Amino acid sequence: MNDLVEVRPGVYRDSVTLMRVSRALTGQPGVTVAVVAMATELNTALARDLGFAVPPATPGDLLVAVRASSPAELEDAAAELERQLAARAPASGTRDEAPPRTTRSAARAFEATLALVSVPGEHAFAEALDAVEAGLSVMIFSDNVPVEQEILLKDRARAKGVLVMGPDCGTAVVGGAGLGFANVLRPGPVGVVAASGTGAQQVTSLLDLAGVGVSHVLGVGGRDLSAEVGGRSAVQALRALDEDPATELIVLVSKPPAPEVARAVRDLDLATPVVAALLGPGQDDLTTAAEKVLRALGRDVPEWPSWPAPVTPAARPPAPHGADAAGEGVAARRGPLRGLYAGGTLCAEAALVAGDGEFTDFGDDSYTRGRAHPMIDPALRLEALRGVASGVVLMDVVLGHGADPDPSSWLAPAVREAVARGVDVVVALVGTDGDPQGLRAQAARLNEAGAVVFTSNAAAARHARLLAGG
Amino acid sequence: MTLSMLYGEPRVVTVGAQVLGEALDRQAVPRCEVDWRPPLPGTSAALARVLADPRREGANATAVGRMLSARPMLTGVRPARAVLGLRAGEFFHAGPPVTWERASGPMRGALAGAMLFEGLAATPEEAEDRLASGAGISLDPCHHHRTVGPMAGVVSPSMWMLEVTDAEHGGTAYCSLNEGLGKVLRYGAYGPEVIGRLRWMGEVLGPVLAAALERCGPLDLRTLIAQALQMGDELHNRNRAATSLLVREIAPAIVEAAPDRAAEVLRFINGNDHFFLNAGMAAAKVSADAARGVPGSSLVVAMARNGTDFGIQVSGLGDRWFTGPAGVPDGLYLGGYGPDDANPDIGDSTITETAGLGGFAMAAAPAIVRFVGGEVSDAVAATTSMYEITMAEHPAYQIPGLGFRGTPAGIDVALVARTGSLPVVNTGIAGRIAGTGQVGAGLVSPPAEAFTAALDALADA
Repeated sequence: MNDLVEVRPGVYRDSVTLMRVSRALTGQPGVTVAVVAMATELNTALARDLGFAVPPATPGDLLVAVRASSPAELEDAAAELERQLAARAPASGTRDEAPPRTTRSAARAFEATLALVSVPGEHAFAEALDAVEAGLSVMIFSDNVPVEQEILLKDRARAKGVLVMGPDCGTAVVGGAGLGFANVLRPGPVGVVAASGTGAQQVTSLLDLAGVGVSHVLGVGGRDLSAEVGGRSAVQALRALDEDPATELIVLVSKPPAPEVARAVRDLDLATPVVAALLGPGQDDLTTAAEKVLRALGRDVPEWPSWPAPVTPAARPPAPHGADAAGEGVAARRGPLRGLYAGGTLCAEAALVAGDGEFTDFGDDSYTRGRAHPMIDPALRLEALRGVASGVVLMDVVLGHGADPDPSSWLAPAVREAVARGVDVVVALVGTDGDPQGLRAQAARLNEAGAVVFTSNAAAARHARLLAGG
Repeated sequence: MTLSMLYGEPRVVTVGAQVLGEALDRQAVPRCEVDWRPPLPGTSAALARVLADPRREGANATAVGRMLSARPMLTGVRPARAVLGLRAGEFFHAGPPVTWERASGPMRGALAGAMLFEGLAATPEEAEDRLASGAGISLDPCHHHRTVGPMAGVVSPSMWMLEVTDAEHGGTAYCSLNEGLGKVLRYGAYGPEVIGRLRWMGEVLGPVLAAALERCGPLDLRTLIAQALQMGDELHNRNRAATSLLVREIAPAIVEAAPDRAAEVLRFINGNDHFFLNAGMAAAKVSADAARGVPGSSLVVAMARNGTDFGIQVSGLGDRWFTGPAGVPDGLYLGGYGPDDANPDIGDSTITETAGLGGFAMAAAPAIVRFVGGEVSDAVAATTSMYEITMAEHPAYQIPGLGFRGTPAGIDVALVARTGSLPVVNTGIAGRIAGTGQVGAGLVSPPAEAFTAALDALADA
């Protein structure tokens, strides 16, 4: 066998970067397996299971295990590996100065307005606390952060007059900069406080499609409005937006908060009007909430773009049509409905709207421990899609900065296969015309592959329900 | 509440997934990327508890503030018997506590030499036998007595000690007089020339320096060290500038105090580039001691080695030692000596690094960059990497080559665990066989377990 097995002590790269390296190597001619990962117990065991002779290593070391069909191809793969590992973007700062090793020292060397923390959850507290102690607001993208650490961070932040966005905060837009998974949104009068990343992305993307922009989108983390955390960041964020002259209207996107938290938020007595988009049974869906915002601003509610099923694919019965595709002309297939979601709130919304079906949120903590978010790493969702033999599949695809640069490149072929198996695929495509992936190009490619595509997740879910015969 | 980030141009510190940083690059948002790596293995839980301690931020500010504001003054030179209350058979030594059984070659050699010097044994063999039996012998770390000693750091009652007082906080610290290089007690040598020199130091050098200091008054060591750093010393492995400055300050008083002895005293001091080391160590000790005993502080207040163990003490953890095995220094060797002749790391001189000097100030000393790899850039890298594990920059000790930036000062146990960066320590290398003396000088890395053990203790404190 042509194996390359190496342990590089003290070389660290984050999991997303290593996933990209592994993917690039796997794409090399003749490479049959490539594992480039931190040498955690899990990863070394994986490499040993693949038959690699892995020398002793610690989780702080980089593990490289590559197998190729021939020595020459292995050599090429090794060269590619070096190229990939060297491709690391140079850190800012002067050339001969070593990059900072902690957020604390970065905050000393660089005049920052905020910090973005996305290290593994068990290590996020230290970096976030550094930011707060340095007087910086901080967005914690990391999940799996213990709630007591969240509370402590938020209390210290309040004392310092800064905001903690997160943990598990997927999106934020601050002063025009999109942080985390962020759609490219036009500047405008709407300020958003969001305990839900994809929920905020849905609402703001729809507003953007309707020509309405945002002042800031302040994520607060999915747990912020729970009784335990008590809306610590939401209250701060609402007050801050209330003071912001650029913000004319505030949207609060969240699951229904704990009653005492809802009371605290109501008692804030803000001068700026607040539209609540509280996702839950008996509440408006996110699209309806976005429409409420438009009406509150005196704007027209447009028809949300959608792409009905193509007419021509072979071996397909007549498919649904209609501009909003909300049901007219839909031929119900009466098959099981499977929701395969990357966005937690989108998943919950779809489940509520569809009423019936089996929904999986691949962005849940239990799926992301030790691997990248499904908006970056599609492997688990693709595997699930390939496993569906019949019925209807409902999926979300979220565009914007930070997300997969070209999701249709891997999803369209899988959709085509599913459709060929007789599966109906419905996609909720969350994005704006400014997004780097190109909203309309992505929609067109998924649509050509046989998927029905909606920019409104609620509309997608309603359509899927109809297809499933609900 | 006005949230300042809403109003300025966004500038972001990013730490973690590169893809999120690159997303900001594509939006042309200025950012600074942290070169993040996981903390030392097994430290996550303790780190979280230590960092969450509400006392920590204030405690560390207090502790490091005291260390940096100390104003060490050389106030006197006095016999150990008088100022430290040492009695016959009592010895202080470098590093954390050690027994004769566990003591290394140079430590044993220095203790045997001190027995000979004190007249407690007639031969080295007899000295070793008595030390081994333990009868009438007591060993205790210098650090337990406001004292530091280079290399073996052995202090016996008849030795004369430099006395350094902190004019800011009132503390006092002591260090013996430097014997010079080569065959000397502190490197474990105990031949007749070693004992003879110690006698002369007790009979002539100590009293003359004491009389001279009484004439010229206390010497401001903070200022002297600051000047020496600007003249190319790092105050651990290079003390040439500091020694010269000291001589310049004190020479007239020596001549006045002891005209008959002045020439031999000045010749001795001038012949030893490291004469100032011991004064610098006492200055560092009195500064670090000012930072002791602040509950909740993770500041390192002592790093010391006894030739067997490397130990640290932490401000918030009282007088407890946290130890790991002393490493063998990596360095340059004298004459025909090589790495096989080297004893593991020994001495209290790491008090200089503790206070932001020595290896931490390496960038100030381009003349000795061969100890850290050969290039000036290696020296700069050594110093700049220490800013990552220290709490502050010294307001008085500055490095011209870094734009007069203060030296990295005040090691934080939590930052060591987070970055996995261990203190850079410059050191002399003692021969492993008792009686050999110095065999080289170089760099050594402390054992990580000393820091992780201290972190665990802080988490429980």
